[in-house]
Amino acid sequence: MSAVLTAKDFATSQDVRWCPGCGDYAILKAVTKTLADVGARPESTAFISGIGCASRFPYYVETYGFHTIHGRAPAVATGIKLANPEIDVWVVTGDGDSLSIGGNHLMHALRRNVGLKILLCNNEIYGLTKGQYSPTSRTGTRSPSSPQGSIGMPVSPGLFALGSGARFFARAIDTDKAGLGDVLKEAYAFDGAALTEIFQNCIVYNEDVFADFTDRKTAADTQLRLKHGEPMLFGADNEKGIRFNPDNFSLEVIDAKVAADQVLRHDVANKVVANMLVELKSPVALGVIYKNAADSFEKSWYAARKNGLKRSSKVADVLRSTNTWVVS
Amino acid sequence: MSDFASMDSIVVRLAGDSGDGVQLMGSQFIASTALSGKDFATFPDYPAEIRAPVGTTYGVSAYQMNIGADPITTAGDTPDVLVAFNPAALKVSLPLVEDGALLIINSDSFTARNLAKAGYAQDPRETGELDSYQFVPVDIGHLNLEAVKPFGLSKSDGGRCKNFWALGLLMWMFDRDLTPIEDWIRRKFAKNEVVEDANMAALHAGHAFGETAELAEAIPRFNVSKAQHAAGVYRGITGAEALSLGLAAAGELADRPVLFCSYPITPASPLLHRLSRLGELGVGTFQAEDEIAAICAAIGASYAGVIGVTSSSGPGIALKTEAMGLAVNAELPLVIVNAQRGGPSTGLPTKTEQSDLYQAIYGRNADTPIPVIAAKSAGDCFFAAIEAVRIALRHMTPVVLLSDGYLSNAAEPWLIPDIGALEPIECNAPPAPDESREAEGMAFERNSETLGRPWIAPGMPGLMHRLGGIEKDISSGHISYDPENHQRMTNMRAAKVESVAKFIPDQKIEVGPDEGELLVVAWGSTYGPTYQAVQEIRRSRRDVSYVHLRHLMPFPSNLGEMLGRFNQLLVPEMNMGQLSTVLRDKLGVDPTPLCKVTGQPFLISELVEKIRSMLPPVMVVADESAGKGKAQ
Repeated sequence: MSAVLTAKDFATSQDVRWCPGCGDYAILKAVTKTLADVGARPESTAFISGIGCASRFPYYVETYGFHTIHGRAPAVATGIKLANPEIDVWVVTGDGDSLSIGGNHLMHALRRNVGLKILLCNNEIYGLTKGQYSPTSRTGTRSPSSPQGSIGMPVSPGLFALGSGARFFARAIDTDKAGLGDVLKEAYAFDGAALTEIFQNCIVYNEDVFADFTDRKTAADTQLRLKHGEPMLFGADNEKGIRFNPDNFSLEVIDAKVAADQVLRHDVANKVVANMLVELKSPVALGVIYKNAADSFEKSWYAARKNGLKRSSKVADVLRSTNTWVVS
Repeated sequence: MSDFASMDSIVVRLAGDSGDGVQLMGSQFIASTALSGKDFATFPDYPAEIRAPVGTTYGVSAYQMNIGADPITTAGDTPDVLVAFNPAALKVSLPLVEDGALLIINSDSFTARNLAKAGYAQDPRETGELDSYQFVPVDIGHLNLEAVKPFGLSKSDGGRCKNFWALGLLMWMFDRDLTPIEDWIRRKFAKNEVVEDANMAALHAGHAFGETAELAEAIPRFNVSKAQHAAGVYRGITGAEALSLGLAAAGELADRPVLFCSYPITPASPLLHRLSRLGELGVGTFQAEDEIAAICAAIGASYAGVIGVTSSSGPGIALKTEAMGLAVNAELPLVIVNAQRGGPSTGLPTKTEQSDLYQAIYGRNADTPIPVIAAKSAGDCFFAAIEAVRIALRHMTPVVLLSDGYLSNAAEPWLIPDIGALEPIECNAPPAPDESREAEGMAFERNSETLGRPWIAPGMPGLMHRLGGIEKDISSGHISYDPENHQRMTNMRAAKVESVAKFIPDQKIEVGPDEGELLVVAWGSTYGPTYQAVQEIRRSRRDVSYVHLRHLMPFPSNLGEMLGRFNQLLVPEMNMGQLSTVLRDKLGVDPTPLCKVTGQPFLISELVEKIRSMLPPVMVVADESAGKGKAQ
C-alpha cells in the first residue's frame, strides 16, 4: 500500500467530459499531481462536489467521490469529516454552486473551520445551464438572462471568505501549473477550512474574462505573487511594490527602487492587509493571501467527546439511569 | 383531615401563564405519580410564544394528566381537577371541564386588571357561573410569598416559587411522598442555595396548607388505584426521550455510531437536546446551519459509514426533500424523523397534527419511493426508531419516521425493555477488494432480496468508487443516460421499497375479531384515544375491531385482505383524510375518514360517538358486568 503513486494513478477510467479548452482540465491535472506529490492515499481521500461544470470533478479522480446536489457539498463534507476525521476531504465547487445556491453552507464551513480543502472554480458565469450571469459576474455582464447587462454588484469570494471567518484563503490561475500546485499543497497541509479561489476560464460562455491579468505577456505587471515574509514586489524587474497608505487606509503601488523600505512584507496571518489584498484590482493578488491556523471544527468536536464516536456505556444501563420502579 | 375519595382514574389539568412554571409542576407531579405505581398519560399544551403577555388567554400554558389503574392511553377527555393560576387560565380551561369538577383557583390573581385581560366583564367567582363546580379559592400567591419571605428574595423572584407551593398542595391531595421532589429541587438548584431553600419552603408550605388550613375540609383528597402493570422495571418516558434512546439502541444493535444532524424546530428540537447528552452511547450530534445542511451532513455521515439521522417538522422536511432524493439515488441509509405539527407554513408550531403523511409518502420530485413508518405512543417511539434504522441499513435507503408534537412531549410509564432480547441490526457488509473488477460495479452489487447495496465507506482500501445524484448504470455504477437503464433503475427503486414488506410482520388486529361490520384503522398518536374508544364500544358488547399501522409505506402484505373482511372502515386522523386516500390508492378500499385538525388530540368521546353512528342500530341488553359502557 505504500507504493509511490503518480498523477496518473489518480485518473479514473471515465472520459473527461468538459468542453475542449476548459480551464477545469488544467485544474484536474494540477490536483492529481498535487495528490501524488503530497503522497495522498486514494482510499483515504474523498472528493465531494455539488452541481455545475466543476462539480463533475469527482468522476475523474481515482479516490472516493460523491457528486451531491446543488450548493450542498460543504454540508455533506462536514458530515463525512465528523463521521471520520481521518479522511482527506476535498470540496470542488463553482461560483454559482458555492456563492449563490450554496452560500450559506460555504459561510458556515468556513466559520466553523471544518477541515475541508475547498476549490472554488470561479468562471464568473453559469456554464452548465448555458451561460447565465453568476453571483461573481461583473456588473453589466450580458447573458441570456441579462440581455441588457447584469445589475447589482458581484460578490468578492475573498471578502466573503474573510468576512465569514475563513482561516485560509488563496488564489491561483487555472493554467498556472506552478502557482496552482504551490497553493494546493499549502491548502492540503492546512488543518481547517482552506478555500482556494481558482480563476477558471470558461471558453464557451465567458472566454478571457480574466485575460486582463492572466495573459502571460503582461502577467509580470498585472499579478502580485505573494510569499509569506517576502516583500510585495512585481513587475518584470520587481521594480514595483505595494505600500500601505496611512492617509486613506489603502494599498497603493509605488516605485520599489525609490522607496524599498516602504514596500510591505507579506504576513499571511495579517487579516487587515488580507482584506485589502483581495480587493486589489491591479495587480491582482495571487498565492496564499491569508492563513492563520486554529483548531479545526472536527478536532474541537472530538476534543469535547471523551471517546469520540465510540460507545462507553450500554443502552440498558442508560435506560435505568433515572427514577425507576419495580412492579412485581 | 378529609377522607380520601377512591378513584380508578382521575384527570388533572394545571393551567397558568407561560411563566408560571406549569410544565415543571406537571412533570414533577408525574414523576411522583410514576414512583407511586400508577399508570398515566400527559398532554403538555403550551403556546408558541415563549412568554406571551402576562395574563392573556393566548399566553396560557397547560399540562393535563390522566392518572390511574386502568390502562391509561390518553391524557383524558375532561379534567376532574383544574388548577388555574389566573383568570385567563380559568377562562381557557373551563369549557373543557364538566360540572362537578374540582376547581382550585389562585384567587390572588383575580384582580380587576387580570380579569379584564382575560376578557371577563365580571368576576366569575361572583356571577354564579362556577356554582356547578366544587370551587376552592386559595390565595396561592400571597401564601407562597409568606412562605418564602425568610429568604430575602424580591417579590417577583419569590413569586416564581408558587408552582412549588401549588405542587405541595397537590401532593397532599394525592397523599404523595415529597422525597423525590425534594431530591430534585436539591439537584436542580444545587448552585443557588437561596432559590433551593425558597422552593423547598414553598413546597412544604403548600403541603402543610392542605394539612392544617381551616379550608382544608373543602379540599378533597384522592386515592387513585394502582395500575395492574406487567412485572418488570419501569421508568417514565416522553416520546422525544424514547426516540432518542431508540436511535442510540439501534446504533448498539448495529454496532455503528450514530450521527444526528438537525436544525432547531418545534416540536422536533427535544430530540437534538436529548441526543446531545447521549455521547456515551456512541451518538454524535451536529446542529447544522439549516434544514438542508442538516440532512446533507447526515447523508455525509452515512456515506462515511456512520448511521446518519436528521429530524425536523413539516416545514423543515419540505426543505430536505431534494436531499432525500439524493439518498435514494445514492442508495445510502438515512433516517428522517418528522415530529409533525399543525400547518401549512408555520401553522401551529406547538400543536399536534398528522398532516405530513402525503409529504412522507408522495412528497418528492420524480419517482422517489421511501419507506415510511410511524410511532404510536411515547414509549413506542423507542421501538419505531430501531425499526427505522433496521430498514434503512437492510435496504440501504432513507426511511421516514413519523412522530408528532403530542408524542414528542407526552409522558407515560414505560416497561424498560430487555435490549439483549432485541434482534441485532444487520449491515450490508462491504465486499473484499478484487483487483480484477471495477469498484463501481462492486459498490452496486445489490442483495437480491433487499436490493440493498454494500455499505462501502471512504477509508476502505481497494473499493474506491464514484457516487452521485446522476442516474447510474444498474450494474456498472457509471453515469448512464440510457433510456432503458433509467426504466430499470426506477423499477429497482420501487421494488426495493416494496421488498420491505417481505421483512415486516403481518398486520395484527389490535382489538376485536378479524372480520365483521366495522374496522377502525389508525396510525400514529391517535392510538391512545382510538384504543380507549374501541374498548369502550366493545364493553357495550358491540363488535368493532381495530388495527393500528406501524408501516405506512409499504403496507404489510396481508393488510388489503384483512381490510376486505369488514363491511366498513373508519379512519380517524388528525388531518383531512390522508391515510384514507393512501389506503384507497394502494389497496382500492373506500374508508370513511374522521378528520380533526384543531391542533388537539382526539377525545375518546368523539371517537366513540363516530363509531356508534356507524354501527347498525341493534338493541342490546346492557350487561353491567361487561363494563361501564352502555349500548345504544
